[in-house]
Amino acid sequence: MVVATDAHAAPRPAPASITGGAFGRAAWREVAVLATPALLLFGAFIVLPFVLAVAASLSNAKLLQGGDPAWVGLAHYERLFGVHLVSVDAVADKTPMRQWRELRRASAPRHDDFQYLASVDAGARRWIVAARDTQFLRAVANTFWFVLLVVPLQTMLALLMALAVNRAYPGRTLLRTVFFAPVVTSMVVVSVVWGLLLHTDEGLINRALVALFGAGAPQPDWLGDARLAMPSIAMMSAWQGAGFQMLVFLAGLQSIPKELYEAAQVEGATRWQQFVHVTLPGLRRTFVFVLLATTIAAFGLFTQVDVLTKGGPLDATTTIMHRAVQVGVRDQDVAYGSAMALVFFVLVLVLSLAQKRLLARMDR
Amino acid sequence: MKRWLVLGLLAAAATVSAQPRELVMWRHDTGDAEMVASAEAVARFNARQQRWRVRVETLPQGSYPQAVVASALAGRLPCVLTLDQPTVPNFAWAGHIRALEGPLRPAGVDALIPGGRSGYAGKLYAVGQFDVALALFARRSVLQRHGIRLATVDAPYAAEEFRTILRGLKAAGWRHPLDMHADRADEWPSYKYSPWLQSAGADLIDRRTYRSADGVINGPAAVAVGRYFASLFAERLVSRKPIDDHLFTSGRAVFQYSGSFDMAEYRRLVGPDLVILPPPDFGRGPRIGAGSWQWAISATCSEPEGARAFLEHLITVDEIAAFSRRTALMPTLEAAADRTELYRPGGEGRAFFEFARAWAVLRPETPAYPVISSAFAKAMRDIRDGADVQEALDRAADTIRADLERHHGCGH
Repeated sequence: MVVATDAHAAPRPAPASITGGAFGRAAWREVAVLATPALLLFGAFIVLPFVLAVAASLSNAKLLQGGDPAWVGLAHYERLFGVHLVSVDAVADKTPMRQWRELRRASAPRHDDFQYLASVDAGARRWIVAARDTQFLRAVANTFWFVLLVVPLQTMLALLMALAVNRAYPGRTLLRTVFFAPVVTSMVVVSVVWGLLLHTDEGLINRALVALFGAGAPQPDWLGDARLAMPSIAMMSAWQGAGFQMLVFLAGLQSIPKELYEAAQVEGATRWQQFVHVTLPGLRRTFVFVLLATTIAAFGLFTQVDVLTKGGPLDATTTIMHRAVQVGVRDQDVAYGSAMALVFFVLVLVLSLAQKRLLARMDR
Repeated sequence: MKRWLVLGLLAAAATVSAQPRELVMWRHDTGDAEMVASAEAVARFNARQQRWRVRVETLPQGSYPQAVVASALAGRLPCVLTLDQPTVPNFAWAGHIRALEGPLRPAGVDALIPGGRSGYAGKLYAVGQFDVALALFARRSVLQRHGIRLATVDAPYAAEEFRTILRGLKAAGWRHPLDMHADRADEWPSYKYSPWLQSAGADLIDRRTYRSADGVINGPAAVAVGRYFASLFAERLVSRKPIDDHLFTSGRAVFQYSGSFDMAEYRRLVGPDLVILPPPDFGRGPRIGAGSWQWAISATCSEPEGARAFLEHLITVDEIAAFSRRTALMPTLEAAADRTELYRPGGEGRAFFEFARAWAVLRPETPAYPVISSAFAKAMRDIRDGADVQEALDRAADTIRADLERHHGCGH
């Protein structure tokens, strides 16, 4: 079902007027004058740092360097993605980690620097994956896990909030303000407050569980349990960020022509039918934008992790951005940190393009 | 004729040098008492001589390390600056600060305790007016009630004995008998727990060469300390993530593993019931960290002679004693300690000075220290969260080796 909206009927300049003769040589001077300030800023703050990061990632530069840095080629990238896969006999009373340690010691120097990452048992065989930088690979996996958790959650929450405040009723402005307030609150403050709410022994959430279910209520260690930590962070991130997407959805909702709803009512459609057949199709383009923006923002997860868990427990919440900052700035290994940042850049670029393609195809 | 000319030139030179030349100094912004103490020291220096005038610029503490690194890279460091002791070798290796040797060596430096000096590759690079010392805090009345002996410098708690005490307190109903501020990150884990390794005969890195941590940070002695550390959390003797900083002062914990920097607050809140005990002994006697914020001279300083005179002024007995009296921080000079109410023999804080003199170990003086510290902190965090101890420490050794290989030993 395709819904025509006024928004797309706005007159567009014909392409010919941009590329054709009307935009002739005489205009180039003006173009130069108008574009130069922006281009200079873009060059100084985007292009130049990017080129420097590429150069740094191919060297062994430290932030505080004694002597001149040397070129090391692609060594950092080899370290980031260096993986060994070996198969051993599955021994029931030995952890795979211990087996790997023994194997590594026995076969030195073949597996030196490679640390146990994961293992799978297949019958009598056990496959062990070991990597040069287990923390980084965990960070990549965690980042994807976070995106998978937070994007649907945050988008749905935003849509629900937008629907809730789309109608006119008393107190609507107050509700809008309440929904939007977390967005304008500093992420650090939000994280600190949630850190207290989620505290195992004395946090409000676990106290509430006791109040509801009595003394035997489960008392999860929200941020200290490796399985719960990332979902907890996703939950609070969705709560914090959804207000912004709510605004976008509101704009989308208000651009859906009233006549469509009136027509639907005339035809006897229920509220749910109106939502499914008028509202959702009318929000298609809004969805594309919201999903793209949320995904890109979600890949950059850093603040919540840095404040609440520092990447722990046991690397369960470390992310690519957090690793890049930890390594490149705090450990002063700017070369290796730059390599991580570039991998991050390529990853987000490729995924955004793929997502845009996919959604554009759905839109057709 | 010629003689008159020379005399004229000398007179001119004298008028020029009569104008005091300005030395810019950077200080990280800490508590009021410390800022006032430093300002007074500067004022006394400016009043005492006419050749130089020190001008203080303060920077917020949180971003101070980044600000200093950025300025160093841009070649715009001030003449004199404060640096945290473990970062000094890094700045020295990168050539951003001057060796305080030869004509730049401040007089009186040899009398300072080890925590008042910082070096790299056998040369002096920074000096400090104060240091901090680690200790166990407790309440005398609570220990008496539970029949726990007071540890002394001659008979500290053995690590095993201390754990038994904690288990007894746990059984007696204390939820977390010991508080260690275990959720603090950054430099804290290395500062507080690497002395445990050293007390057990292990270390963060082999200090004979500074080129390998294998078998040192992950050797049997270090692993034993790691297991001990893990048991404190597994048995819930220590809170993994304290809800606030006041478990001890509000009476929810019996012991606090902290340091002299907290003494003023604890004395205020606990009163005369407070006792200061040595940290536990893991076999070779207790060890405590040494080295706090110190003073260095930048490589770009155009008035090194003035900067040296200023540092020399700062480490005089009078100045160190004055700084300590203002801030309650521990002096780095015995003669100065003797002149303060708190740290003189018999003073309430004298214990810290004795601990520092007997057991202080500087963190490894190598430019690789930021990576070593971060690798060790990560290992201790993972151990706290239940990781395999040997594996966690092995990984720290791997991280350190990879960094040293990539940077060719970091100058060692």
